[in-house]
Amino acid sequence: MYQWDFGILWSYRWLFLNGLGVTVGFTVVIVLLGLAFGLLGAFGTLSRFKPLRLVALSFIEAFRCTPILVQLIWFYYALPILAGVEMTPITASALALSLYGGSFYSEIIRGGIISIDKGQSEAGAALGMTPGQSMRRIVLPQAIKRMIPALMNQSIIQFKNTSLVSVLAVPDLVYQSQVAAHDSYRPLETYTAVAVAYAAILIPLTIIVRRGEKRLAVSE
Amino acid sequence: MSETQKIEIRGLRKSFGSNEVLKNINLGVAKGGVVALIGPSGSGKSTLLRCINLLVVPDGGSVRVGDTSFSFGAGTKLPDVKTLAKFRATTGMVFQHFNLFPHMTTLENVMEGPVTVRRMAKADAEKLARAQLAKVGLAEKADQYPATLSGGQKQRVAIARALAMEPDVMLFDEATSALDPELVGEVLNVIQQLASEGMTMVIVTHEIAFAREVADRLIFMRDGVVVEEGPARQVIDNPQEAATRAFLSHFHRTGALPPANAAP
Repeated sequence: MYQWDFGILWSYRWLFLNGLGVTVGFTVVIVLLGLAFGLLGAFGTLSRFKPLRLVALSFIEAFRCTPILVQLIWFYYALPILAGVEMTPITASALALSLYGGSFYSEIIRGGIISIDKGQSEAGAALGMTPGQSMRRIVLPQAIKRMIPALMNQSIIQFKNTSLVSVLAVPDLVYQSQVAAHDSYRPLETYTAVAVAYAAILIPLTIIVRRGEKRLAVSE
Repeated sequence: MSETQKIEIRGLRKSFGSNEVLKNINLGVAKGGVVALIGPSGSGKSTLLRCINLLVVPDGGSVRVGDTSFSFGAGTKLPDVKTLAKFRATTGMVFQHFNLFPHMTTLENVMEGPVTVRRMAKADAEKLARAQLAKVGLAEKADQYPATLSGGQKQRVAIARALAMEPDVMLFDEATSALDPELVGEVLNVIQQLASEGMTMVIVTHEIAFAREVADRLIFMRDGVVVEEGPARQVIDNPQEAATRAFLSHFHRTGALPPANAAP
């Protein structure tokens, strides 16, 4: 019978906290960068210029339809060989995760924009707005409201995806617990604690998202 | 003649794919004139209306409103988005389904054009918007959202929104077709008031009795061509073409306007 001993983890608390800080900070960066990529991707796929549409679509599908683990390894190991671009593990993984998340965000943003009735942008145009003005003033404010639940959901997935950066030795929560597990010979306790830490952050977030969805459903 | 024409359309053509919806249309609207466009669905009347403010870009021909004119077809360059936007700011349009901005209050809807397009100061725009709302009889609804209004009220807000741009011409695209019958009168009332103030208007409508009352000219379209054109009363009371007669036989052409209009 296995004797659980969670007490042993206490001596690694600074390691864990450090890792958690990296994980949370990393998530903030890749969510923000990912949203920026997503916005670019969405406008690209909605562009009037076909070449731009094709470029945006190829990027989105390339990142959406390949495993994120492969992308991480590829950005860190293959880009230096192919393009001569050297990156630190942190830069490589931030870029890969942002582009990966961005490809999903862009589909959410695009879907939100095209869900707004065409009459809305027509009414803007009839008032004398340029396409940019009617996008900013009329379409986006309505579309963002519809996108928020899906964007939040995708960001939660992104938070969990950060656990993969440990393969490039980025010192996130999972990487630090690997260190602790090897050091303490207590992998079960260590990884259970990691799971609890992720859930403790995500469950409150999902509750907030669900509340938000309900509120939106009422106001529509 | 042509200097007095506020709107002038020559040889207008438009196809959607292989479907030719406008075939060589000519149209003139005098300053202060009211032209009603009638015809069965699919006749091209809405497309023609949308070509006047270039919401639909024609394939050929020319469009002039006031001093601004555009030509279309082989060898002409399409106007850029800035030019188009500036041009559309001088024409007001009212849609069948209102197309009010649901995330803004009634007042904000009416202020939106002046603030965003004309860069008017918020305080001035608010004054203007309140005046326009009062004009359509909805001053007390300023702080409500469109979702709380009836169809007729929504359409009157949409008219106020268009008027806030102080347009030279107003275009109405089946403005009463989506309304419950008892709400049609309040909207027609506002349009009639505009006509009496000398606004140049083109009205796509199925309200034949209203067209007879308010429009000075009437155009009957079918299959992308103008079948008959003339003084509204004359065309409605005494149509010359068989197609016009057949179409008009579906309507009560005279008689009282809807109740809200009957008063003074």
